[in-house]
Amino acid sequence: MPKIFAPEEIGEIVEMLLFQDLDIRSVTLGLSIQDCASNNALDFIGCVENKLRGFANSLVKAVEKVSNKYGVKIVTKRIALTPISILLEGFAKKSIEKAVEAGIEFAKTVDKVALSAGIDYVGGYSAFVHKGITPGDFVVLESFPKALAITQTIASMINVASTYTGINVDAINIVSRKIIELANNTPKGIGCARFTVMANAPEDNPFIPGAYHGLGEPEAVVNVAVSGPGVIEAVVRRLGEKADMRTLHDYVKRAAFKITRLGELIGREVAREIGAQFGIVDLSVAPSPKIGDSVAKILEAMGVEVAGAPGSIAALYILVDAVKKGGAMATSSIGGLSGAFIPVSEDWEMNRAAMLGAITIDRLEAMMSVCNTGIDMVAIPGDTPPETIAALILDVMAIAIALDKALGVRIIPVPNSKPGDVVDFGGLLGSAVVMNIPRFSSKRFVERGGLVPPSIKRLDKG
Amino acid sequence: MLLLNGIIAMPHNYFDETSDENLAVVTVIGADKPGIVAGITAVLAKHNVNIVDIAQTVVRGIFSMIMIVDLSTGNIDLPRLREELVSRGKELGVEVSVNHIAVFKAMQRV
Repeated sequence: MPKIFAPEEIGEIVEMLLFQDLDIRSVTLGLSIQDCASNNALDFIGCVENKLRGFANSLVKAVEKVSNKYGVKIVTKRIALTPISILLEGFAKKSIEKAVEAGIEFAKTVDKVALSAGIDYVGGYSAFVHKGITPGDFVVLESFPKALAITQTIASMINVASTYTGINVDAINIVSRKIIELANNTPKGIGCARFTVMANAPEDNPFIPGAYHGLGEPEAVVNVAVSGPGVIEAVVRRLGEKADMRTLHDYVKRAAFKITRLGELIGREVAREIGAQFGIVDLSVAPSPKIGDSVAKILEAMGVEVAGAPGSIAALYILVDAVKKGGAMATSSIGGLSGAFIPVSEDWEMNRAAMLGAITIDRLEAMMSVCNTGIDMVAIPGDTPPETIAALILDVMAIAIALDKALGVRIIPVPNSKPGDVVDFGGLLGSAVVMNIPRFSSKRFVERGGLVPPSIKRLDKG
Repeated sequence: MLLLNGIIAMPHNYFDETSDENLAVVTVIGADKPGIVAGITAVLAKHNVNIVDIAQTVVRGIFSMIMIVDLSTGNIDLPRLREELVSRGKELGVEVSVNHIAVFKAMQRV
């Protein structure tokens, strides 16, 4: 039990909270809805509605109480549900059309409950198809564009690759066409901000749209995501230009420790209030479109002129490694994506770097090898061929299974846009410059379809 | 930001006798002028909230004060105390923040 705090110690924390945008990015409640499985759509949806309403209300109440007590801002409240594909399986066996209807009705109902309770996002309109597609999975693939287009809070993730089973190229070919459908059915393609296609999607990810409630999870669990790029940038800037790499790494590590500890404190308290189990703290440094809340700015504070410039991959590596080491000391409940996020539109400075031409698709692909983002919140021209989108996804999935990590693609083909246009998505989604996509075709390659075999790492498992 | 000298020391055995569940850290930052300490502490006195420790300094015209307060004797909970202190801070033209002591324990101690 500490007996003393130096005023400097108190001052440091207050400064982080007041001036460096340190906050809890999200408290995400993972909730199983497996008990709602039924062959009757009305029973199924009614069960989900009742369960969700109870938990949503207590989550909102708990978050407000804890935020008020500790004086720490909690930016979003989210819920992650059991992948809906599992619950649609029974309907899908009888009729795909009926199952799609049930899925859409589910999405509408969940959206209504979330909006009325004050929940920002609900993840779990999801399916796992990395080795094959069941009828329930097919229903999700078929219906997610509509489910997202007619709702405001529903988020969807399709897992198409896994280190241990390989990559389902057939699924990628379907998803890439569906991404275009979703973009065409929402203003500026904004619905695509709530959809991601992933490899190795973690069961306890608190971040939307990747969040879902994994099958290995308890009934209800609280997972937390922290946001602290401003804190780390300030630490790096204060350190000055004379500090060598190891010193730089050490200071980032210390800052990451403090940020993670705050996440753990808040997560445990919210879980206690709700009477749910505490799950994990995602160590990821998550940016927001606020100027002082940028991962790209950390790289620039380290000394690269603009994010994406040569040296950016090393800078990002140092950041991610230090965050993991500091975070691992701060909490034993690590999980989620735990790295650093470099979404383009959601990070003000990333978007500026993209406008300058320093951040391109190529640079993002290189950077993802040392972080956990993939191609995230990237706007591309609306007329990009689906085969090119599929090939981009396939590239990211290949890196993910080669390096055995979780990566995703959240790409927005903005209708009627051309490279260089700037699209404002509003709020936490920020604005994005439409990126240049290589004009060379990969159609003949992706149309081969089928499965890319599992990585050799599979054999480590026996 | 807060350039205070010295250490705020808790009374000996403080934690042994009182749960730190009721401790909060109040920080006040702003341009120096008469009446800031009086204005802020009046709110605490009104609600019978005890000041466990206080440190205050002025550096280059910026006033800063850190108080550790005990709400167990008081008649107000932390969120309402924050509300009143922040609104008093606005009248005085200073920034006030109130955080539970657990935040500092979590972040500054291994």
